[in-house]
Amino acid sequence: MSYKKSHFQHPSLKRNELGLTYRDYEGSLSTLCAGCGHDAISAAVVQACHELSLPPHRVAKMSGIGCSSKAPTYFLGQAHGFNSVHGRMPSVATGANMANRDLVYIGMSGDGDTSNIGFGQFAHVIRRQMNMMYIVANNGVYGLTKGQSSATAKMGSTSKKGAVNPLADIDLATIAIDMGATFVARGFSGDTAQLVTLMKAAMAHRGFAFIDIVSPCVTFNNHKGSGYSFDYFREHAELVNMSDFIPIREDILVEVPENEVREVILHDGSMIRLKHVAHEHDETNRLDALSALHKAHHDDTVLTGLLYVDPNAEDMHDVLGTAARPLNDLTEKELCPGMSILDSINNGFR
Amino acid sequence: MKMIKSVNEFVVRFANVNGTGSASANGLFAKAMFKLGLPVSPKNIFPSNIQGMPTFYEVRVSEKGYMGRRGDLADIVVAMNGQSIVGDIQNVMPGGYLVYDNTRKLDPALHRDDITMIGIPITEICLREYQDPKQRMLFKNVIYIGALAALIDLEFQILVDLISKQFKGKEKLIAPNIHALEMGYQNVKSLVECPIGIRVRAAKNPNTEAILVDGNAAAALGAVYGGATVCGWYPITPSTSVIENFGTYCDRLRIDPVDGTKNFAIMQAEDELSAIGIAIGGAWNGCRSFTSTSGPGISLMSEFLGLAYFAEIPIVLINIQRAGPSTGMPTRTQQSDVLSCAYASHGDTKQVLLFPSSPAECFEMGADAFDFAERLQTPVIMMSDLNLGMNDHYSRPFTWSKKRPYDRGKVLNAEQLESIEKFGRYLDVDGDGICYRTIPGAHPTKGAYFTRGTSRDAFAIYTEKGEEYVKNMDRLTRKFKTAENIISRPEITKSKTKARHAIVYYGTTDEAMSETVDLLAKAGVVVDLLRIRAFPFHSDIDQFIGDYEQVFVVDQNRDAQMKTLLVNELAIAPNDLHPICNYDGLPITAEFIAQKVMALQADSAPGSKKSKASMGEMA
Repeated sequence: MSYKKSHFQHPSLKRNELGLTYRDYEGSLSTLCAGCGHDAISAAVVQACHELSLPPHRVAKMSGIGCSSKAPTYFLGQAHGFNSVHGRMPSVATGANMANRDLVYIGMSGDGDTSNIGFGQFAHVIRRQMNMMYIVANNGVYGLTKGQSSATAKMGSTSKKGAVNPLADIDLATIAIDMGATFVARGFSGDTAQLVTLMKAAMAHRGFAFIDIVSPCVTFNNHKGSGYSFDYFREHAELVNMSDFIPIREDILVEVPENEVREVILHDGSMIRLKHVAHEHDETNRLDALSALHKAHHDDTVLTGLLYVDPNAEDMHDVLGTAARPLNDLTEKELCPGMSILDSINNGFR
Repeated sequence: MKMIKSVNEFVVRFANVNGTGSASANGLFAKAMFKLGLPVSPKNIFPSNIQGMPTFYEVRVSEKGYMGRRGDLADIVVAMNGQSIVGDIQNVMPGGYLVYDNTRKLDPALHRDDITMIGIPITEICLREYQDPKQRMLFKNVIYIGALAALIDLEFQILVDLISKQFKGKEKLIAPNIHALEMGYQNVKSLVECPIGIRVRAAKNPNTEAILVDGNAAAALGAVYGGATVCGWYPITPSTSVIENFGTYCDRLRIDPVDGTKNFAIMQAEDELSAIGIAIGGAWNGCRSFTSTSGPGISLMSEFLGLAYFAEIPIVLINIQRAGPSTGMPTRTQQSDVLSCAYASHGDTKQVLLFPSSPAECFEMGADAFDFAERLQTPVIMMSDLNLGMNDHYSRPFTWSKKRPYDRGKVLNAEQLESIEKFGRYLDVDGDGICYRTIPGAHPTKGAYFTRGTSRDAFAIYTEKGEEYVKNMDRLTRKFKTAENIISRPEITKSKTKARHAIVYYGTTDEAMSETVDLLAKAGVVVDLLRIRAFPFHSDIDQFIGDYEQVFVVDQNRDAQMKTLLVNELAIAPNDLHPICNYDGLPITAEFIAQKVMALQADSAPGSKKSKASMGEMA
């Protein structure tokens, strides 16, 4: 088996506004298990960034520890990445964003990394309204340590070895809305088209955008009795809405029957077009979104699609009142007040 | 009864109830001494409590410049707390003075014949003069300051000027404060003959350059001057005021003149883990970033400190040490995090430490730390302590040279990346163990890499190959060696005559040192001094230690942590260094050090010093 990835690009590959092809957004060869849902998520990130024409080097990939946190190596090879410590990616991402508000931040985490060891950091990065796309590859199980349940594992579900999970499960989408996230969606690693749309909208959104992505673990959590197997998801998933993302630069005057469609204009002028499927909750109403999620949990169903969005959200820098220019661009001239001011400070201490 | 007679050399101890505004009045007294040009050393010895418990404030005035705690009984005690008065009366030096509130009559059994007891009906005066309950409480403190002024012959106008300066912009408060001072001043004059034998005079040769400031304000100002822009933090005594001061100075000095936006970002995090994570993220992204904490925070930050060491992220951490372990004595001072910081985190880790001893040094090191961190691409921990951080100190002023550009270290910009064939984040191009780094977003196709806490090769690619791991770990060792000659050098003070003994010390022990040397000289013991200012240890330290028959190492912790670090890092035979450890949570005194030195040097027979080779021979 070769670990070298081919860099061959077929001349007919579609080029985006930057003249880059899909392949310019790829990373190195994945070392995850064959069939792992996380690889599909990586592919969706590649496609979403390509379609948005993001310069790859202007993206920062932040992650913690776990199978999911390894995944950023497998997309956007020209972007810097930071594989930090278990459950603490949100604080590192916060500091990075404070230093340079102009990069696009993609946080990639897992259910253990977010709902167990990093639950506190997850809650607080949302409270700070950091402008980032935070995705959780959620399979309810610890992969690298071989099969322990995480806090998103459904109560009463069984592990591969047959142990019943006696503990209550955490629904990260509900928590995210509760903590004040201003963009919350849920996708499925098996539905790339929906994922790409949700990711594009999440990256266009200003503020904290969260996507809970059900991503079955083919090795440790794809058996009968699991709450995160392909079969379980297909039986229990309920699509809330079909969405289209229309970037600001595209003509948005596509004809659609108005009564079926809800349009949400994001801060940058781009638009999400939502078509309700089974549910009728108002995606811009926090209470509506929360009650739909609670009801689904009660009914043992999993809602997917865009669950909540506040298109006029503020972000962390609005709250902090930081300069528009990235702080890491400031020089000694702007930062050091000099000796004459120090003289007057000295005098104040006399 | 023989009364104490002393001009410009004395200790006043204030005993108050905390939360009654006494620290501000007591600080006013210290500032008045400073205004006379006298070296003054105030120590606020406070409880971990907001209101109601005994709190003490000691002011040592010493024209000779002895700034350590004197540590024995006080010449004057101001006793304002019924809970602690029994002990407070015992704390007066024979021949000294007790000023107390006699609104409630003192138990006659507490009376002492060998001191002068001055009862002023302070509560009664306040009840008569003020209606507002808060004022009744606050002005008690101002009244005894007025009384002290009369007793020690302090020019009243100095207090008036200080009050006027303090309440600039709140002029309504000036007159009632001065009135309170006057009531104390006049009242005590009617009770005893003023002035008493303990007096102040304007200093003969005042140091007009000196400033009176606490180390935390100085460290914060150092961070401002050093160009820090990203700060994550979590409140903890005694480090909180570092960040509060940083915020205040930034609000004053770092606001964009055009649109009023901030050229800095401070985030109060949910805990210390997050606080240091924020600093690491900021530093990774090219900002000078820092956090500040104390012992429990150091424990929590340990995992991240290992990441920053291994992933080579240049953060600054300011540690204001307090008495541990665990919550320990959270409002008492110690130097007890030396080892936990030097080797912070699991695995083979070593961290760069700086040891400031004065506010001026907190400022300088507070700025230098960012240069060192970025030059070395590693965390730099500045090891202050509660005594230095929270008490005002008589210090040389802050200075900043124009000829001191920031040293941003080895960072490749887009242009430089363009000219490189292949970028390797962990390639030791210069052989000093320090590699070239890039800031995210710098170049479209070159310089991107994956920062990680896992093992990697020179091109930042994950690897578990043993030889690659060893290569990287050895390079980090090489880098740490390079650090010795970049960070602060030790300060060596030689005596005029040849010394057979030497004292090695660091941090706030410095303030007790000139007095220690004089005490020892009186007893016929000549000592040379070495003050450690940084870890890893400079070769001068090893050389110095080898030059003496007996070397004492002074630590303000139980386990002689600096001695242990010296023994471990310099391969010195453990018995060649004699530990002197003070760990009661109060700043160390010259008397304590001198007595220990005397005892230890008397014990040692000539020629008992073991050679350095002895360790090697044993192995």
